[in-house]
Amino acid sequence: MNWKEQYKSFLWILVFFLFAYFMPIEDGSFSAAIIAAFDLAKWYAQEHVLLCLIPAFFIAGVIAVFVSQNSVIKYLGGKAKKWTAYSAAAVSGTILAVCSCTVLPLFSGIHKRGAGLGPAIAFLYSGPAINILAIILTARILGFELGIARVIGAVSFSIVIGIIMSFIYRKEEKERTAAHLALPDQVESRPLWQTAYHFFVLVAILVFANWGKPDSTDGFWYLMYAYKWLIVGLFGILFSISLIFILKLNKLYVGLGTAVVFITALIWGNQPLIPFSASVVILTLILTFSKGEPNEWLGETWGFTRQIMPLLGAGVLTAGFLLGSANNGNGIIPNEWISNLVGGNSLFSNFFASIVGAFMYFATLTEIPILQGLINNGMGKGPALALLLAGPALSLPNMLVIRSVIGTQKTAVFVSLVIIMSTIVGIIYGAI
Amino acid sequence: MLNIKVVGTGCPNCQKLESLCREVTNEQNIEANVEKVTEIKDFADLGIFKTPGLVVNDEVLIQGKIPTKSTLEHWLKDKIN
Repeated sequence: MNWKEQYKSFLWILVFFLFAYFMPIEDGSFSAAIIAAFDLAKWYAQEHVLLCLIPAFFIAGVIAVFVSQNSVIKYLGGKAKKWTAYSAAAVSGTILAVCSCTVLPLFSGIHKRGAGLGPAIAFLYSGPAINILAIILTARILGFELGIARVIGAVSFSIVIGIIMSFIYRKEEKERTAAHLALPDQVESRPLWQTAYHFFVLVAILVFANWGKPDSTDGFWYLMYAYKWLIVGLFGILFSISLIFILKLNKLYVGLGTAVVFITALIWGNQPLIPFSASVVILTLILTFSKGEPNEWLGETWGFTRQIMPLLGAGVLTAGFLLGSANNGNGIIPNEWISNLVGGNSLFSNFFASIVGAFMYFATLTEIPILQGLINNGMGKGPALALLLAGPALSLPNMLVIRSVIGTQKTAVFVSLVIIMSTIVGIIYGAI
Repeated sequence: MLNIKVVGTGCPNCQKLESLCREVTNEQNIEANVEKVTEIKDFADLGIFKTPGLVVNDEVLIQGKIPTKSTLEHWLKDKIN
């Protein structure tokens, strides 16, 4: 037997054994933390998966398949005007960086062959923060205000950091020859308005299905809330039309599917989750047996789901265990530690949150449950934003990759800039 | 003899593309050297900005997407002739 190949499995078994052997299950705070972990997982499963995450995955899939990404990359090429390159770099994360593993190659490409260091840095900083899944989930779970603050903070500060970086290294930048970004031409298969229509109908379904109950029981917002499922249903019909005429799916299948959803809605009118789930299942079935782009759409959607769901699940359990859940008990980490370190809006809290965020690795989107736990334990909103800005953009592993692309010195300057900027933005946001 | 480079850091899609390339070259008896490029700093020099990328004889055929099997077959056959 080749023992060298076996040691990893042995270590896993050993670790689990030691954990089980020494597990302090009798200890009250430990078992409370376990309960809190599952309590948080249940809350996520009930509140966020069906209505928010699943539509969000489909939307991310639309972006990956139907939006031509080369047309955006074009603006990041060596021949692009400086300000176009910066603004494109700052916002293009929305459609380019749905998966965190695509950020680094693009960063390297923009730096070496494209618009140069500044825009590359801008993209690197804003990309992970403004990808469509991150925006949707931040706004849904951490609140609309923090979601918007995250987008604005990431976009504006990415440009500032990019410009500072390219100013510091302006001499080297001049010597760099801007090569042409050679991209294979993609033939746009459908007019932009069709893609946009399909996209916005899906976004509207997501937004209205998650419409929160306002505090007052009258006025416009309450009216929207009261009729939200009717509105979702109307957009559902618009969506079926899009499936038939824009995606050109089989009319009979889509028609039958729509009818089935309609019937379930009539039968279980007061349980909107049933028709909603039915429509997701039917859409998935129709896409499974389709060909070409619609099939790729499902493929990308499934790709994101498979990649992100396990990470998010593990992240939620860990966050619940360490930090407790909103309505049920404490995690293993005492509340006072958190409120001492990152409570309020002091310089230290913001700085500490930025540093931790910069070095810690957050798997895609797991920053959200972790941050939610921290906020419940008394983290201030300033440090929360600081962590959101420094966190996903940087981690120790990706610093090493960045270093291999731009060298140690520039990496150090970039990391310090991110930490300083995130601290400043945190303080400003916390004070508003 | 084709020189096929599959460019990617090791994400699931990159592995899928690599196995697809091997599958097609085996099935169609195409003589090829399938190589994997995993160093990010080499990506840009090959012209790849989105992974997975496919470079055949120094020409970028696709990036950011996995081609369907039949498309890949066509491309590789064209390259041979």
